[in-house]
Amino acid sequence: MNPNIILALVTRYVLLYTRNPVRLIELFFWPFVQLLVWGFLTKYLQGQGEGNFPQVITFLIGGIILWDALFRAQQGVAISFLEDVWTRNLLNVFAAPVRMTEYLAATFAVGFLRVMVTGLMMGLIAFGFYAFNLLQFEWSLFWFYANLMIFGWSLGVLVTALILRWGHGAESLAWAIPFMIQPIGAVFYPVSALPGWLQPVALSFPPAHIFEGMRSTLLTGQTAWQHVGIAFVLNVGYLAMAAGIFAITLRTAKKRGLLVKVSSS
Amino acid sequence: MTAPILEVSRLAKSFDDFKAVQDVSFEVKPGEVVGLLGVNGAGKTTVMSMLLGLITPDSGSIRVFGKDFTKNRLEILRRTNFCTTYAALPSNLKVKHNLRIFARLYGVPKPNRKVDELLELLEIDRLRDSITGRLSAGESTRVNLAKALLNDPDLLMLDEPTASLDPDIADKVRKLVRRIQSERSPAILYTSHNMRDIEEVCDRVLFLHQGRILTQGTPAEIVAHFQEDDLENVFIKVARGSENPPA
Repeated sequence: MNPNIILALVTRYVLLYTRNPVRLIELFFWPFVQLLVWGFLTKYLQGQGEGNFPQVITFLIGGIILWDALFRAQQGVAISFLEDVWTRNLLNVFAAPVRMTEYLAATFAVGFLRVMVTGLMMGLIAFGFYAFNLLQFEWSLFWFYANLMIFGWSLGVLVTALILRWGHGAESLAWAIPFMIQPIGAVFYPVSALPGWLQPVALSFPPAHIFEGMRSTLLTGQTAWQHVGIAFVLNVGYLAMAAGIFAITLRTAKKRGLLVKVSSS
Repeated sequence: MTAPILEVSRLAKSFDDFKAVQDVSFEVKPGEVVGLLGVNGAGKTTVMSMLLGLITPDSGSIRVFGKDFTKNRLEILRRTNFCTTYAALPSNLKVKHNLRIFARLYGVPKPNRKVDELLELLEIDRLRDSITGRLSAGESTRVNLAKALLNDPDLLMLDEPTASLDPDIADKVRKLVRRIQSERSPAILYTSHNMRDIEEVCDRVLFLHQGRILTQGTPAEIVAHFQEDDLENVFIKVARGSENPPA
């Protein structure tokens, strides 16, 4: 992999963002609104509860902040690809001496930047508005973010493959796919709240382990290594699977002329 | 005898039942400008897409600079470039940013200097800080040409570069292509619907029809072959169904 090529692609995506006010607003607006809604709901519920109920409720704020990491990482990959489709630039990039690994690495880097920007903003708002300190997770925070980001990248690669295969009709999946995972991701409630038959399904995805780990860390102050470890192993598998699907789809797209079709339609 | 820059042998591509390209073979020598001429759906863009690795051929082989394209894709693409009406540069970036980024993708050693040099060569240095999406069609074509020249390609593919341009701008683009060819002598593969483009720019023409090479030669040879007055009449004759050339 050539770092200069990755850097050039990342520069382009960053320029595309900074030169488009709508994209910038989208980057800040939704995380801000979501945090406000869930934050004030948490505050309200804290006022109603007794015992350790108020403590439990802070899970909601932690959940929404960490969920955003997964979503932004996924968007970093899928929207970067869509930007190339929308600007009819895909052929220029795919006919340039760029390896697919370099292209994907650049979109991963964009996802990472998006996660850092929104994570910092949400962390500051949560602290200022609701006295929720994200740094209370200490080093666990790194593992939570890393795992959610890797899973977000996998979903982004999968969505990119689907758009490549099905064209513009599949664009809405870029936003929909993460929310298909959310109900079984145990973001706002524990896995035990799910029906028995659905629990193994939930635990086969990394987010359920990370959000269980987050709740455990909030309660005990200890890193939930078991959850972090299982999530990481699952992530390696999902990332490899997504890369495999992408490689097969790209080969099919080149065979069927779909790359040229998606790019020029 | 000079080795060809591009050797295409028995290339074929079908999409379901539609045979887009059938048994196409040709060569392009260093410094030669070869035109791919044909009606819509003749297979010109499919051939060019296969040469760029955007479409995988069903059969046949492509050798560029004496090397097999499939096995040496990156190495070949570093010495090749293209400009097509089917692609654009991101519209909300400045011209200089778009060009500098592509210069880095092609591994150009001093990207900023190279971009300035090309903007001057193509007489568009005034557009350096313009937003790409606000350029006129003629200006966009020149910027796309600048992108196509960033790596001083040995093989340059131009896919309908004068499409949607008014006659004045189209004439300027043709002169520009000729100038680039005489000053830098890349081999050029040029597709167009515009007969004037082909007559003025190309040394040799491949006439594609229904995915096959119908005939090839200099523009004058093709006109004589079809017993017509000019290339435009040849084109119309083929388009309207008299596809079988005189023996």
